[in-house]
Amino acid sequence: MLSYILRRLLLVPWVLLGLTFIIFGFLQLLGPNQRLSTYIRDPAQLKQGPEVLKQLAHKYGLDDPIWIQYGRWLNNVIHGNLGYSESANMPVDKAILRFLPASTELALYAIIPMIMGSIWLGTLSAVHHNDPLDHATRIMALTGWSFPTFVFGLLVLMLLYHWFPAGRLSIWADRIVNSPGFVRYTGMNTVDAILNGNLPVFLDALRHMVLPVITLSYVSWALILRVTRSSMLETLRQDYITTARAKGLRESVVIKKHARRNAMLPVVTLAGLMVAGLINGVVIVETIFNYHGLGLFAVRAAQQLDFAAILGFALFNGLLLVMTNLVIDILYAYLDPRVKLQ
Amino acid sequence: MRMSSEYEAPGRFYSFVLWFFLIPVRIYRSKILRKLLKNPISVAGFALVIFFAVIALLAPVLAPPARPSRPYQIPRSGYSAVPKPPSPEHPFGTTEGQYDIYYGIIWGTRTAFYVGLVVVGAAAGIGIVIGSFSAYYGGLIDEGVMRITDIFMSFPFLVAAMVLTTILGKGLDKVIVALIVFGWMGYARVIRSEILSIRELAYVEAARALGANDVRIIFRHVLPNSIYPILVQASMDIGSMVLTAAALSFLGVGAEPGYADWGQMISFARNWILGGQGNPLQFWYTVIYPGAAILFFCLGWNLLGDALRDVLDPRMRGRKA
Repeated sequence: MLSYILRRLLLVPWVLLGLTFIIFGFLQLLGPNQRLSTYIRDPAQLKQGPEVLKQLAHKYGLDDPIWIQYGRWLNNVIHGNLGYSESANMPVDKAILRFLPASTELALYAIIPMIMGSIWLGTLSAVHHNDPLDHATRIMALTGWSFPTFVFGLLVLMLLYHWFPAGRLSIWADRIVNSPGFVRYTGMNTVDAILNGNLPVFLDALRHMVLPVITLSYVSWALILRVTRSSMLETLRQDYITTARAKGLRESVVIKKHARRNAMLPVVTLAGLMVAGLINGVVIVETIFNYHGLGLFAVRAAQQLDFAAILGFALFNGLLLVMTNLVIDILYAYLDPRVKLQ
Repeated sequence: MRMSSEYEAPGRFYSFVLWFFLIPVRIYRSKILRKLLKNPISVAGFALVIFFAVIALLAPVLAPPARPSRPYQIPRSGYSAVPKPPSPEHPFGTTEGQYDIYYGIIWGTRTAFYVGLVVVGAAAGIGIVIGSFSAYYGGLIDEGVMRITDIFMSFPFLVAAMVLTTILGKGLDKVIVALIVFGWMGYARVIRSEILSIRELAYVEAARALGANDVRIIFRHVLPNSIYPILVQASMDIGSMVLTAAALSFLGVGAEPGYADWGQMISFARNWILGGQGNPLQFWYTVIYPGAAILFFCLGWNLLGDALRDVLDPRMRGRKA
């Protein structure tokens, strides 16, 4: 177990190094002036003559050999210096930290209905194997799998906008949240509202989250449902299930205690895919619902060719995914002792 | 010996080409097609894919381009922003900027097939070459190549494609390149694990004993037996790649404005989604038609891939689907 975790941990620095190689490679695809724009705060500086630009390039070391540039860039990245974002008008690391809580809040709320709903439906589908219920669930899952998030989100918005508005807060609530009396502990509106004891703001924040959460949880539920179903089908054929039934246990106990707990193992491996799906989903969902989080920040940066911001965003998400996968792998080794034998 | 290898070289090439073009024949002979046609889910998938293929082929007839030199440019009747409802001239109405929705969907079908087939073809090709290379030589090479695939997989797909497209610049070809760069890893992994299990089988050993060289073993003996999982994944991927390309256009980093592309048609609809005064569904046609086109296109390929997997997965054989 320990050696497995150690081996797994030793891989992380290499993957992270590779990650920086790719991002730095992206940076090299840009033209010299575009690359310069990731360092400069004032875009007017780029409109000066070629002489000035050459001096600027020299100042930031863009005419050095590539490995020296990479070393300098890596040093900056390690110290959290990701350049200056024109679209957000602040350094990229500050912008990411500022928009992160909103997206985290969204993702946390989305995970709950996603996991509970799909595991419940997947179990139901496996228990009623080949019944009309099973077929209906399968078709729903396949349709859900093919349904583009952005179309689904727009349809939901079109039908329910009247009751559940877009954005993060109503204007009056936004004023309260940004007033000096309101302490922002976490940056997540619902949590902060509870900590400040302000029920109306909490309800308003919740109302704005309904549609994004529905759309975002819709992204991955089909995948989890399918894996739960097939893994349950596999588990229900095991001998120990027959034993459990033979000793006279109630069927609900057999399903819930004996079968489902073991069937959950393959679902845990999906967690990495799920997190990746959530990150992708957050980008689209925040754009549709005008929800000011990390995703919307990245999309605006992409539309305005704010290269420092999108490269920082890509690096941050890569880091996030590598760390999530590390945690999941270790968790899996803990849950399933057979893993360490491999 | 030299002579013989010179004589063999073109023969090997032609046999490879022949093998490649015989894939459909193999599929037909292996009764997979007959099994697929018995399954109602896969028949529905086939029907959808063929329906879209016919639309794509007949695009010049169904929606004659106003300017034949640039058929992918959606014609616009005026420059007013407000979409207009369906009418005899515009069967599906016009979207923001008076782009004709019907025309955009018909020619967008061609775009979808183009994106899906090119991206999946290139990604599968790259993946197969890298994966078989890695599996066949094993050891340090294998370890290194697999770590590289890990690195490419450690980016969320849509985010990576969005960032790379932004850097390369606007346009459908940039989207395709970005999707290929971050789309090959799955194929490399599948083909690698297939080859690792097949490599040890007796018939490969026999071929080696008969003096077949590495390339011949990989292409003649190993790949044909490990190609089916790739086909399943390719079928599923065509849908999801088209979906991602559409998402990029929707986010505003994909096709150029006015290019016949489903994702872009939906991004036109974005500003009108809330409808007019007292009627939230006023502009329903701007999102329903392109949305339905994407949904059914992806559904068709996914149904096909799902049925293909059920037919090809040996563990599923002899069991009721």
